[in-house]
Amino acid sequence: MSRENGAFGPFGGQFAPETLMPALEELEDAWTQANDDREFQQELNDTLRDYVGRETPLTHAGRLSEQLGGAQIWFKREDLAHTGAHKINNALGQAMLARRMGKRRIVAETGAGQHGVATAAACARFGLECIVYMGAEDIRRQALNVFRMELHGATVISVESGSRTLKDAINEAIRDWVTNVRTTHYLIGSAIGPHPYPLIVRDLQSCIGNEAKRQLQEKIGKLPDVAIACVGGGSNAIGLFHPLIDDPVRLIGVEAAGEGLDARHAATLSAGAPGVLHGTRTYVLQDEHGQITEAHSISAGLDYPGVGPEHAWLMLTERAEYVSVTDDEALDGLQLLSETEGIIPALETAHAIAYAARIAPSMSPEETILIGLSGRGDKDVEIVRDALAARSG
Amino acid sequence: MSTPTEPGLRYRAAFATAESRSDGPLLFPFLTAGFPTPEETPALIEAALRGGAAGLEIGVPFSDPLADGPTHQSAYTVALSAGASVQTALDAARTARAYAPDSALTLMGYLNPFLAWGAEPDPDSSEPGEAVGRPMEALAKSAAEAGVDGVIVVDLPVDESDATREVLAQHGISLIYLLAPTSTEARIDAVVQRASGFIYLVSLTGVTGERDRVAADFEQFVARVRAKTDTPLAVGFGISKRAHVVEVGKLVPAAIIGSALTTTIASAPPHGRAAAVERYIEVVTGRRSDETSE
Ligand SMILES: Cc1ncc(COP(=O)(O)O)c(C=O)c1O
Repeated sequence: MSRENGAFGPFGGQFAPETLMPALEELEDAWTQANDDREFQQELNDTLRDYVGRETPLTHAGRLSEQLGGAQIWFKREDLAHTGAHKINNALGQAMLARRMGKRRIVAETGAGQHGVATAAACARFGLECIVYMGAEDIRRQALNVFRMELHGATVISVESGSRTLKDAINEAIRDWVTNVRTTHYLIGSAIGPHPYPLIVRDLQSCIGNEAKRQLQEKIGKLPDVAIACVGGGSNAIGLFHPLIDDPVRLIGVEAAGEGLDARHAATLSAGAPGVLHGTRTYVLQDEHGQITEAHSISAGLDYPGVGPEHAWLMLTERAEYVSVTDDEALDGLQLLSETEGIIPALETAHAIAYAARIAPSMSPEETILIGLSGRGDKDVEIVRDALAARSG
Repeated sequence: MSTPTEPGLRYRAAFATAESRSDGPLLFPFLTAGFPTPEETPALIEAALRGGAAGLEIGVPFSDPLADGPTHQSAYTVALSAGASVQTALDAARTARAYAPDSALTLMGYLNPFLAWGAEPDPDSSEPGEAVGRPMEALAKSAAEAGVDGVIVVDLPVDESDATREVLAQHGISLIYLLAPTSTEARIDAVVQRASGFIYLVSLTGVTGERDRVAADFEQFVARVRAKTDTPLAVGFGISKRAHVVEVGKLVPAAIIGSALTTTIASAPPHGRAAAVERYIEVVTGRRSDETSE
């Protein structure tokens, strides 16, 4: 795979304002050096073990597999990582990198608040100033996560521009970064943005796939037949997929079909077109004039009109498949998992569960599905309660 | 259809006149195409040229302008909901070209609307810079026909720009590069090797918007670039008053005013917008001295 200048074939690259380009170069150099620095790697690994709780378990979903009556399903339990989702893997690594670069002020964006909480926690742990941009609409939807960030000492800034959701929070975080770039690191929350972000985030999330591969080998002595993960910006999915890319494993990314692909949705790869958004060439949701359109998903973490460029490349080269699941199906997936396994997944994760439930019955019991269980659902219970009430009412 | 010429000719002529001027630098006002409505744009364009603009930056509105401050963000939102598009900007260029045949006309915007103006992206492109360059063909052709001299793409740094620059040049259009106070020596070198028309110096480390004073390190920044090139320099971002124009005019031959002009339009009464633009340009170019009495 070609990776010069952060290119994934025709996707990726660095489409950022000149003011930021030197900072991106500095970041790339710092990351390369950190990768070669055994002390840095040691501290990162120790922190992931002692603070995040890695490695996270691999759980056999016995009752769910039985109920679906097909493939054996296994979960990689990122919901059990500190702060409740895979987001912490990236947030910690980048916070350590920022500290190494001498940048003590961190800006981040957040949609559901999971990345914001993870970043706020990482900044608290390393004594860094933390400013989180969050769409006004998301602040309303995820009030408890706002409070969690504030408990960690972060400043949460409400973004009133545009659709007042994740993409606008990213715009605002980038504007802050443009203004304060000499002192500030932009801690992006998914495998998106200009090079080197998609690579850094993938590297920091690859612990998901690396651990899962080894754990599954230990438990059943083989690779999974299928690996499934939900795709918002694509960080948990690339973290699961990347270590499996050279293996004979079907890789399936599940996007949010929202109210349906012919209505409001967030299925960028399934229904978008190539374009440039937030510094990278990738698939985006856009109108015929190249204006970015608003995404919609019941899950704030998937509510993004772009996607990581490596996923666009994996789709183009047909190495991975991208499918989509509606709000309703995701709710079903969440209930199914809660009832059969005693795990309430995040609404984002519920999309992956729902798709697994769709294909597992037609597979044989000798086959294995590995699901990236990206986060826990505590943050979503109010939304789920309201949505289920609206459905039955 | 105009015959393709060497990029930058009209800029060269415009900057040549700057040398002999005593009343300060050339002024290139930035006007958002379609703000507040596409119907009003021609009158505002003409008013700016009448007021003394040597050329124009015609802004293409975008839904996600990450290098712009609140003034331009809301101008773009207003323009987009009034139906503005790349077409509106091309129409504006045509208006300006007819009204002022020698004016230097530059489109300024973000990549994605420019790409969408073009054909389907070529799936065989081997890397991102090439993948954005090829679809620019359609824009280059239409822009040349509309009389455009150059295109500024805010989110196309020099690193990814070669294919786009070549496509534009084939139609006689300059890709206008931006440099910022943060630009490294190596990046300045890369830009000066490729630049035609002029180089746009971002005066400050930040987004567009009015500021009280010119950034303290601007003089030093100009000197760093000036040491490497004879290509004309223009300065923008934060320039909003006659005093700023006079100050930067001692260092560079052209200044760009954006947000302050947008604010002028936004705060003028609906039927007084063109008059307000003309008066404002007269003030900042020094043709009228009543800046503070307004
Ligand atoms: C639990 C969980 N899963 C998935 C996502 C989607 O992000 P990504 O596609 O980067 O993994 C989020 C984002 O907030 C999340 O909180």
